[in-house]
Amino acid sequence: MAKHMTRKATRHVNQNEGLIFEKSSPGKAAWKLPPLDVPEVDTKQLLGSTERKHLGNMPEVSEIEIIRHFTRLSTWNYAIDLGMYPLGSCTMKYNPRVNEVVSRLDGIANGHPYQPEKISQGAMRIMKTLSDCLTEITGMDAITLQPAAGAHGELTGLLMVRAYHDSKAKSRKKVLIPDSAHGTNPATAAMVGYRIENLKSNSAGIVDIGVLVAQMTEDVAALMLTNPNTLGVFEEEIHKIADILHAKGGLLYMDGANMNALVGKVRPGDFGVDLMHLNLHKTFSTPHGGGGPGSGPVAIKKFLEPFLPKPVLKSKPDGTLGFDYDRPQSIGRVRSFYGNFGMFVRALAYILANGPDGLRQTTEDAVLNANYIRKGLEATYDLPYASPSMHEVVFSDKLQAKKGVRTMDIAKRLIDYGFHPYTTAFPLIVPGAMMIEPTESESKEELDLFVEAMQSIAQEVDEDAELVRTAPHSTRVSRLDETAAARKPILRWKPENATS
Amino acid sequence: MLKAMGARSIDDLFEPIPVEYRLNRDLKIPRQMAESEIVDWFRERSRENGDGHATFLGAGAYYHYRPVIIDSLISRGEFLTAYTPYQAEISQGTLQSIFEFQTMICELTGMDVANASMYDGSTAAAEAVMMAVRLTGRRNVAIARSVHPEYREVLATYAFHQGMPTATVPFAETGRLDGKALEKAITAETACVLIQSPNFFGTIEDVQAISEIAHAKGAMLVVSIAEAVSLGIIEPPRAADIIAMEAQSFGVPLTFGGPFCGVIATREAYVRQMPGRLVGQTVDRNGKRGFVLTLATREQHIRREKATSNICTNQALVALMANIFMTIYGKVGFKELAKQNLAKAAYAAQQFGKHANVLFNAAPRFNEFVVQTSEDPYAINSRLLGHKIVGGLPLKKFYPELGNASLWCCTELTTRSMIDTAAGLIAESERSQEAGEEEPSVEEVAK
Repeated sequence: MAKHMTRKATRHVNQNEGLIFEKSSPGKAAWKLPPLDVPEVDTKQLLGSTERKHLGNMPEVSEIEIIRHFTRLSTWNYAIDLGMYPLGSCTMKYNPRVNEVVSRLDGIANGHPYQPEKISQGAMRIMKTLSDCLTEITGMDAITLQPAAGAHGELTGLLMVRAYHDSKAKSRKKVLIPDSAHGTNPATAAMVGYRIENLKSNSAGIVDIGVLVAQMTEDVAALMLTNPNTLGVFEEEIHKIADILHAKGGLLYMDGANMNALVGKVRPGDFGVDLMHLNLHKTFSTPHGGGGPGSGPVAIKKFLEPFLPKPVLKSKPDGTLGFDYDRPQSIGRVRSFYGNFGMFVRALAYILANGPDGLRQTTEDAVLNANYIRKGLEATYDLPYASPSMHEVVFSDKLQAKKGVRTMDIAKRLIDYGFHPYTTAFPLIVPGAMMIEPTESESKEELDLFVEAMQSIAQEVDEDAELVRTAPHSTRVSRLDETAAARKPILRWKPENATS
Repeated sequence: MLKAMGARSIDDLFEPIPVEYRLNRDLKIPRQMAESEIVDWFRERSRENGDGHATFLGAGAYYHYRPVIIDSLISRGEFLTAYTPYQAEISQGTLQSIFEFQTMICELTGMDVANASMYDGSTAAAEAVMMAVRLTGRRNVAIARSVHPEYREVLATYAFHQGMPTATVPFAETGRLDGKALEKAITAETACVLIQSPNFFGTIEDVQAISEIAHAKGAMLVVSIAEAVSLGIIEPPRAADIIAMEAQSFGVPLTFGGPFCGVIATREAYVRQMPGRLVGQTVDRNGKRGFVLTLATREQHIRREKATSNICTNQALVALMANIFMTIYGKVGFKELAKQNLAKAAYAAQQFGKHANVLFNAAPRFNEFVVQTSEDPYAINSRLLGHKIVGGLPLKKFYPELGNASLWCCTELTTRSMIDTAAGLIAESERSQEAGEEEPSVEEVAK
């Protein structure tokens, strides 16, 4: 494996660390409460049989042990802060630290959702400013910030679609979803009670207009479309798609997961989209945090406004802001309080740090970077769709599969080269997909290292396929037995299966 | 770079976008700001947002002390800037910490399995109810009126579109669920009963008795826990089939209501109907212990429209906060922390009770209680605000039948002097009401 060793990564010692429960022993503590300034209480008298006697196997550890425990664990993670994280569709861009600082300012971090409006104007001003920016960026008319993540935004959007059709006293039964869509799209449509109809893509990987015309009926509530789609291809005939939908009274829902390819260059509201969600944790730089929190605002056209989840932010005659709960046609609440407010703060800080010029350039750089990688790898890997790429590019493992090496193997080998893998096996319309999204955050140097690593791996496939098939070779753990994990799930630590 | 790919200008790369839709102007958003300007702008907003106020508000969002190491640790880029741990070999840090989180949630709730997180307590409750619907094959739901009103609203949104009929079960004079009404509300079509304990009024429900009523008719019991610190001193609802929790109290800042951290915990037998991510223990090729996301066949990226839920992104970093918080307080500290909450609320209820009517005294409570005043609570709160203290939540909006009632919360951060100040103002209010004095208009403060 030395032959193709990478320029980017080198092996280094990291610490072993057991489970926190294995470090616990009686008497150790990392907490200290102030002296009680009110009389002690007799818990038995106050609580009777509802009093808890035992806290089970909760750990007892010291503060330095906790610091070391989580610091050691952290070093076992890959992260954007360490290098390129080219997960297609996930938009792993730099998470600016000023966002973290402003979200922790006292009045913001300690603001209670039920504190009087008079002392909530700061939070509402943040929500209002962000709402205005996002409606302008998307070219829509109004927005709700309440949904907690992209899939939750989809749910909110489809509930509004449904409420809209119901208000016309014409309920519809079906939602059209292209075969290239994210799994959340059909899962969401099912949750809202719609029947899902699959829309087959054409040979260019985009919506087949003929197929759409054939399937579009007055029973179709909406088309859920990702644009650019999951191949990173812009739906060139988007205007026709919108017209076909609208002619039969259907709505065009856009999954905004790939909005990083569009901001400042084109607005979905201008090309016929009726409603869409955004992922603040993708396009607007809020940190992924190992899987969340996200935030999935839904931007809409004017005619859908009555159906927005409540409460809705409103400007009052005296110039202050307030919440409007009197929304008789609202779909209701989709979450307690007002949404993942902390993410609004971060996203707005990102927008302010960029301004109109910065956002436009961000998009241009994201598209430039993806095309640079495409150019660098198109001679080495199979490109199943020749359509022009926007912010991400999808290759397949077709050439390497002949040697028995699949997309997951190449992805795992990338780890040895110091990169996080790309997205594997998605979109489903590309067998052995390798979906690469560099984002605007990467420099030419990092992109060159990535291209070099991918080319080197392709060479390894020819010379020593087994090396790639058994990768990674440099991590703390080798490939893990996922089948065993699912067959006999061990989902928690128990004292009896402790290792000494 | 453009040259390398044979493009003349950046515009070449945007050719696929039809000309008529391209944006040929600047976005109308604020101009680019320097970092110092951004910090200043948000400082200004922070000042307009109750900066420096003490609070008696709870009601599903609790002001507890956050040990400083929580932020030191979650600010490490390896946690903060990592994605969902699909690539297990380079995500063991996140995976092991979630495994520990799942374990501690199980220890605290008395359940067998817990997931890696849901959006918040309200959506966790709604998802738990839908899980019960799948498990029982029944469609109706009975919901206690003492469940957080906003949780009920969220459930109503989910339930309406799932075509699930719901029945609301009233509370009795004790503040606890009305058992007789519950018996009547449950039919052969009832999938589950949803209660909250401590409930919205802070009252601890008789979970055992409720579970017997529910189970006798083949319905499941789903218990929502909004104030997780209660688990330090209150017996967990072990008789529940599913627990839907809000873990915000575990070291998560209020941040005007989110991000918070929902969790679902349940019995082992029901795990395959559970929504959300799960981490499991396994071994690598050399037999070394490691952790992976598991049972993914429940999830949307595999099952698409047949998934148990559409949830994808969850609240991982917030769950990490909760995890660190639970680790810090541990077996002993947790109990002491909960005890302080209990003592402060008991003292406050006693002080307030000298002058006004404290409701629901017959059943045990944790750190919240309901006070009925003669005067509109907005007016009292307005005077309290003059002391930079935010008073309890007026309940008129949610429970008009309780009149001038408000919900007060005390945590370990509530000081005796705050309590005495509030009790003093309530005493004054009651005296002036008795004397029939003219009150200042509450119009302005009612907003």
